[in-house]
Amino acid sequence: MMFQITNAVLLGGHYALIAVGLSFMFQVMKVINLAHGSLAVLAAYGIWLLADRAGLSPFVGVLLVIPPMAVLGWGLQRGLLERAGRGGELLPILTTFGLAIVLDNLMFQQFGADTRSLSPFIGDFAWASWELPGSIFVGKVPVLILLTAILTIGALQMLLARTALGRQIRATAQDPVTAGLVGVDARRISAISSALAMVTVALSGLALGLRGTFDAYAGAPQLLFAFEATVIGGARSLWGTLAGAMVLALAQTFGAMVHPQGFLLGGHLAFLAVLFVRLAAAGGVWHLLKRARA
Amino acid sequence: MTRPATKPETGPETGPEARIDRWTPAARIGVWGALVVLILLALFPFVLSAGLTGRLTALFIYVLLAAMWNALAGYGGLVSIGQQMFFGLGAYITIRIADLGLDPFAAIPLSALVTAVIAFPVSLFMLKLRGGEFAIGMWVLASITHLLVNLDPLIQGETGTSLISLNAYDAGPRRALIYWLALAGMTATLGLLYALLRSPTGLALQAIRDSEEAAASLGVEPARAKRVLFLLAAFGTGLAGALWLAQATSFQPKTYFSVQWTAYMIFMVLVGGIGRFEGAILGAVLFFLIETWFAATGVWYLIGLGAVAMAFSLFLPKGLWGAIDLRLIPIGHLVIKTKN
Repeated sequence: MMFQITNAVLLGGHYALIAVGLSFMFQVMKVINLAHGSLAVLAAYGIWLLADRAGLSPFVGVLLVIPPMAVLGWGLQRGLLERAGRGGELLPILTTFGLAIVLDNLMFQQFGADTRSLSPFIGDFAWASWELPGSIFVGKVPVLILLTAILTIGALQMLLARTALGRQIRATAQDPVTAGLVGVDARRISAISSALAMVTVALSGLALGLRGTFDAYAGAPQLLFAFEATVIGGARSLWGTLAGAMVLALAQTFGAMVHPQGFLLGGHLAFLAVLFVRLAAAGGVWHLLKRARA
Repeated sequence: MTRPATKPETGPETGPEARIDRWTPAARIGVWGALVVLILLALFPFVLSAGLTGRLTALFIYVLLAAMWNALAGYGGLVSIGQQMFFGLGAYITIRIADLGLDPFAAIPLSALVTAVIAFPVSLFMLKLRGGEFAIGMWVLASITHLLVNLDPLIQGETGTSLISLNAYDAGPRRALIYWLALAGMTATLGLLYALLRSPTGLALQAIRDSEEAAASLGVEPARAKRVLFLLAAFGTGLAGALWLAQATSFQPKTYFSVQWTAYMIFMVLVGGIGRFEGAILGAVLFFLIETWFAATGVWYLIGLGAVAMAFSLFLPKGLWGAIDLRLIPIGHLVIKTKN
């Protein structure tokens, strides 16, 4: 039992790393980027290419992938989201969904149906582990991913709370028009936020490839996990997203213990349960049902 | 419900130079043209080859899918990435009902009804969500439904099963029956949508589409109007799934609960014209032609679909019909100048 819980917490770290970028963009720009998972897979392929062709360690490779991903994030905001956002809140959903389809199939075209993993490129470290009291073994890679998630969230929160840029991002998130009145360039801030989100996406691509295998169509489940963690966490702060990721991973682990096919179902049901409780608390379930009859 | 075209209603505020009317010459041609086309289509199985009858059945299913997604997004402002839930449910419930011993052709419309009934509790819950949360929340629900259907021993997980009872019909009559059922189902569901959009609820919906806050301030209740659309879309999409099953015979959950179906719906509606009754039909016809010509190119076909959908949402968000801007189906009211 302790073993499962420990592993669930480590898995939660992985989900938190995927979710933090989605949550950040949602908080600042009120946009849910449906290409989020596909972009993480793109970063994973980038790191894989550097490792396979140039023999670079994935830990070095990710440093090389981060700058182009940040540029991509900037372009995503300037080229797609900004334009789509002018047509109402629904168009960015459709645009990023289209982008996800294009990315997934381009990657399939390029890399084929074989699954890839980054773990062959890190040698013994892939299966190295620490022993915790109670003879629970934890893999060093999952621990590293959890620490990366915590550090990433901590760094972003620090940036938001302590720096001038963070103040401008918070102002833009609250009200881009008023922020503009006091001299904040909301377009620039949104593009920077998108670039920052893509830096975390590059890190989550590394985590994806190190923890297991991925293929061209691995983006959709990653997006759903990121979305569920964000919603469970309440979409208000990034620490909430970390908590949401933990709840998601625990629910999946619990689901898998109940039924051999219960892993995904457990996570989805936890997501629905949290949503239901939140809606009930906001409007009252009975009120909700009464409205339906009327 | 249809006002006589010879006696147009004159609004009090319009004065003698203009009148308010639904019907324009183009709309009259459009409606009569649609009726003629439908009658001709009903006669096609007697003259067409087996392959073409099957292809046209697929076209009717596409029109149904596009019209339902358009109803939801274009009139209700509800973008769902999870409509494959109802598509898959329609097929799955058909298998379940047919397994009880009912004739498969009776099972298909019944299954669509059951799908709409299931959609009711879902609507209570999901319509509380907004924008992107609703969009991906529906995707999560579709994923849950897929996983639950996999647990049904009759389906045998991803192995799937088939609608065996269809074998009681010979191939020729069976093909024609599916064709007519698809044509009738498409016509009836689109007719229902047409009637809904012309009713007071439809007026409310179009007000909500233009501005939910403004509509609410005038006493329009968005929740009820949206629920009606949600249920209709569940019915139509479920019917499409059931018809697709009749056409394909085999049921693999992965194929039916694939998000690709929603991607097709979005493509058809974005290209044809979101929020335009004619647009969804045009989009479905275009998708049908593109599929016929390019589906063999495999992955590039999908890349092209995604890229075109993106381009439309960025540069022509009202779609082709928005650019053509011709009213063939009279839904809203127009101010028509009678003097220049």
